[in-house]
Amino acid sequence: MSAFALVKDWLDERFGWAELTKPLRKKTVPMHRLSYWYFLGGITLFLFIIQVCTGILLLLYYRASANEAFESVQYITTQVQFGWLVRSIHSWSANLMILTAFAHMFSVLFLKSYRKPRELTWITGALLLFLAMGFGFSGYLLPWNTLAFFATKVGTEVAGQVPLIGKWIVIFLRGGEDVTGATLTRFFGFHVAVLPGITTLLLAVHILLVQKFGMSVPPSVEEQWKRDPSAAREMKFFPNFALREAIAWYIALGVLGALAALSPWGLGAKADPFASAPAGIKPEWYFLFMFQTLKLIPAKVWFIDGELLGVLGFGLAGAVWVLLPFLERRNWNLGRVFVTGLGVFALAYIAVMTVYGFVAK
Amino acid sequence: MQVFEATSSPRDGSNYASPTDSRRRRFVQILLGGGLIASAASFIYPVLRFIVPPAATDLGGDSVVAAKVGELKPNSAKIFRFGSRPGLLLLGSDGEYRAMSGTCTHLSCTVQYRGDLKQVWCACHNGTYDLAGKNVGGPPPRPLELFDVQVRGEEVVVRRKREG
Amino acid sequence: MGVAYHEIQGARDDEGQLRGYAPPRASYRYVLLAVAISIFVAVALFAASRADAAPVPQAVQSTCVDCHSALDGNLKVTGEQYAQDVHAQKGLTCAGCHGGDPTSMEAMDKKKGFKGHIDRKKVPELCATCHADGAYMRQYNPSLRTDQMAQYKTSVHGKRLAGGDSKVAVCIDCHGVHGIRPASDTRSKVHPLHIADTCSRCHNDGKYMQPYKIKHDQFAGYSTSVHHEALTKRGDLSAPTCTTCHGNHGASPPGVASVVHVCSTCHVFQAQLFDASPHKAAFDAAGMPGCVTCHSNHRIVHPDDSMVGTGAQSICTTCHTQGDAGFAAAGNIQQQLAALQNAIGKSDEVLTRAERSGMEVGEAQLELTTARDQLTKARVTLHSFAPKKIEEDIKTGQVTAEKTRLAGEKALRERDYRRAGLGISLITILAMLVGLKLYIGEIESRK
Repeated sequence: MSAFALVKDWLDERFGWAELTKPLRKKTVPMHRLSYWYFLGGITLFLFIIQVCTGILLLLYYRASANEAFESVQYITTQVQFGWLVRSIHSWSANLMILTAFAHMFSVLFLKSYRKPRELTWITGALLLFLAMGFGFSGYLLPWNTLAFFATKVGTEVAGQVPLIGKWIVIFLRGGEDVTGATLTRFFGFHVAVLPGITTLLLAVHILLVQKFGMSVPPSVEEQWKRDPSAAREMKFFPNFALREAIAWYIALGVLGALAALSPWGLGAKADPFASAPAGIKPEWYFLFMFQTLKLIPAKVWFIDGELLGVLGFGLAGAVWVLLPFLERRNWNLGRVFVTGLGVFALAYIAVMTVYGFVAK
Repeated sequence: MQVFEATSSPRDGSNYASPTDSRRRRFVQILLGGGLIASAASFIYPVLRFIVPPAATDLGGDSVVAAKVGELKPNSAKIFRFGSRPGLLLLGSDGEYRAMSGTCTHLSCTVQYRGDLKQVWCACHNGTYDLAGKNVGGPPPRPLELFDVQVRGEEVVVRRKREG
Repeated sequence: MGVAYHEIQGARDDEGQLRGYAPPRASYRYVLLAVAISIFVAVALFAASRADAAPVPQAVQSTCVDCHSALDGNLKVTGEQYAQDVHAQKGLTCAGCHGGDPTSMEAMDKKKGFKGHIDRKKVPELCATCHADGAYMRQYNPSLRTDQMAQYKTSVHGKRLAGGDSKVAVCIDCHGVHGIRPASDTRSKVHPLHIADTCSRCHNDGKYMQPYKIKHDQFAGYSTSVHHEALTKRGDLSAPTCTTCHGNHGASPPGVASVVHVCSTCHVFQAQLFDASPHKAAFDAAGMPGCVTCHSNHRIVHPDDSMVGTGAQSICTTCHTQGDAGFAAAGNIQQQLAALQNAIGKSDEVLTRAERSGMEVGEAQLELTTARDQLTKARVTLHSFAPKKIEEDIKTGQVTAEKTRLAGEKALRERDYRRAGLGISLITILAMLVGLKLYIGEIESRK
């Protein structure tokens, strides 16, 4: 017996690998014309792993105080060997991850993979998306440059619009009344401890649920296979689909490297709390659709404050989104159309508002 | 139902050990194995270099040794480099060290200390500031940013004012 | 069934539905629908917003305005004008200048002291009854000057008025007559931003100035000047306007000898250097004014390096010719300035290239500004017209420019190194991708 096999057996006697991994070895993936969409979830996971790794590396040099944060990031990008690479990959991967998360979510929506029994997978997924955006928001402040400072100021200001508890939310987020070094420390804590902890739990649940229920087949394909069972195809996950997934991951890696080397993430100027906000301050692109909506709502609608209406509206939209699977019932045909319609509307709205936010002054 | 599985038999069901097949198989193995090692190395190498801290551990820009004790006579000053902008360190006739930004807030000329006026003066358009950096005469619209000064042993160290 | 996921045996009933499944009641679907619709409706509604009205200080009421707001031409005084007038706000009504008794129906009775229209020649006197009285003005604004009348009497306008000319400016021509704002109010006609426009109403009018044989090109010249630009575009209120050099109430043109004093109140260094230079004696002897000879008095445009030297646009060649020392010095100075300008330009180009490809060159760029400061300094030292002095500043600047250029080159080399590294890793990734594809092809075969 080879050394490798010996070690494997020894571990198996204690961990019971073989038993645990048996279902994984049997795992299959349905193959049809829409199967390419299955890659998105894995790519999002891969980008998250990249974030964790580059984030840990950055932690070796980053200092989370208002006096040193900017300088430490400058240090990383100019003095540390390959610091520019790690930092640019971290920034680019963050944006790509949110993009693929959105794409994954919408593909799940339109392929109707949220149907029974996968409701919890959808719910954990929606919560993971919100967590990802929280990662983006908290991480954006950490370099402590002008853009980040004012974007955080505007962003946390909006939270104050929540009725009753708005003021306390703002104080909780900012660690005080204004955005200061205390905010930076707090956001750092959220970004490297709180959010990763919650995300790991939810991610574990999400992935376990996917293993349990397997990959869902879109209704149109389901119909087709019902009529003609011989047309149904599946592929073993190990090693066939996994190898294809590896191709996708390597491509993602190449794209990240190219972006980091050819279009490195800038740093700008250190934040000056006493300077006036630069004109045209905008949040990162994944918040633009909300930001632009708030800008368009008039100051008062009926007797309700416009911004409050916007915040409540988005809160409600978020809640509906999380509970989307429950809007569809097997006996209610309208439900299916409604959810698809809602999905199309949401996608169109987000896309249009994001572009609008980009071009608006 | 059709299932795609890993098999090692070739497509046409012929005997496995034909020379072209085993050469092709070898090529793929080398490509895969070599590619794996090479790509892993191109990721691991930067990470390893990253982990090793650089020689210059000073973050820069936050605190600087502006002068040695005894370098300045009372009622005189010197320009020192603070980050990438000039700073002004002055020793008043009362023996107190003061430090402030050396960039005039009018049109960004470098200011200087006038011992005769006991004020900070800008030669470009005759702007004046008092010893606390406040703009008191001429065109400057804003005061000069003040810095913290500490005497540590033989060194006079200037630091940006700590955040509250 | 063609679908492949792991399912518990017997989970479905005979119709293929999962057991334990019960369709919900219809009602909550409609609640959700209603909620969704109300969101759309609310967002689609647009309400007009009220305009905010800026607060206006209240003026003492005057009955004169009731009629005069409806009259035309010279007699028209609107309520709005009256309300904005600083005198009215402080309690001085129409009767304060025009006399009469606004509370009576015979307000315009001459017997009651009504003066009616005030003749132009009498206006300065009228205003001075209060504005030249220190004790009186102290009640309203102790820091207001009270010597305007005395100054006015020394001005060209004041002297001509005393000689009977009523075409010259009196108080109301610049300050307005009804609706007078304090000079610090940005809407006032005598706020620094607007003074040039106010003066130019007469001084830019060829027909009006013709009898006095005064040129009327000053405003046109001033409008192209750096001072005008600083004032109107940068909002720098310390920039000079007409009254800064000519005086406001005591307005007169500065003479040839005194114009240098005026310029040197701000341009201290240039004036000092010039006075120590050989030009001072030469200009005095020729009766030429200091600064104005080269820079003009009103059309003071942004100076260019081509003003110095021996080229076509040079001012030096107006007096200096080939062969004299000044000619040689002029050429030398211009060459030095051009050399430093070039060095800075080269360094800037390299740094911009490096920055565009994403390299961090912020520090070098900031250091380059000190080289630019040196060039500015050299252009000031220029007024000594001594090439050796200028050389010191130029050399310092060149050292900095060279240093920053090298930093930029280093950044560009680093960029190339990064791209090479990227290329290598992309090749290894490509090898992996090809290998994976081939391997997949190999292990999969159709039965």
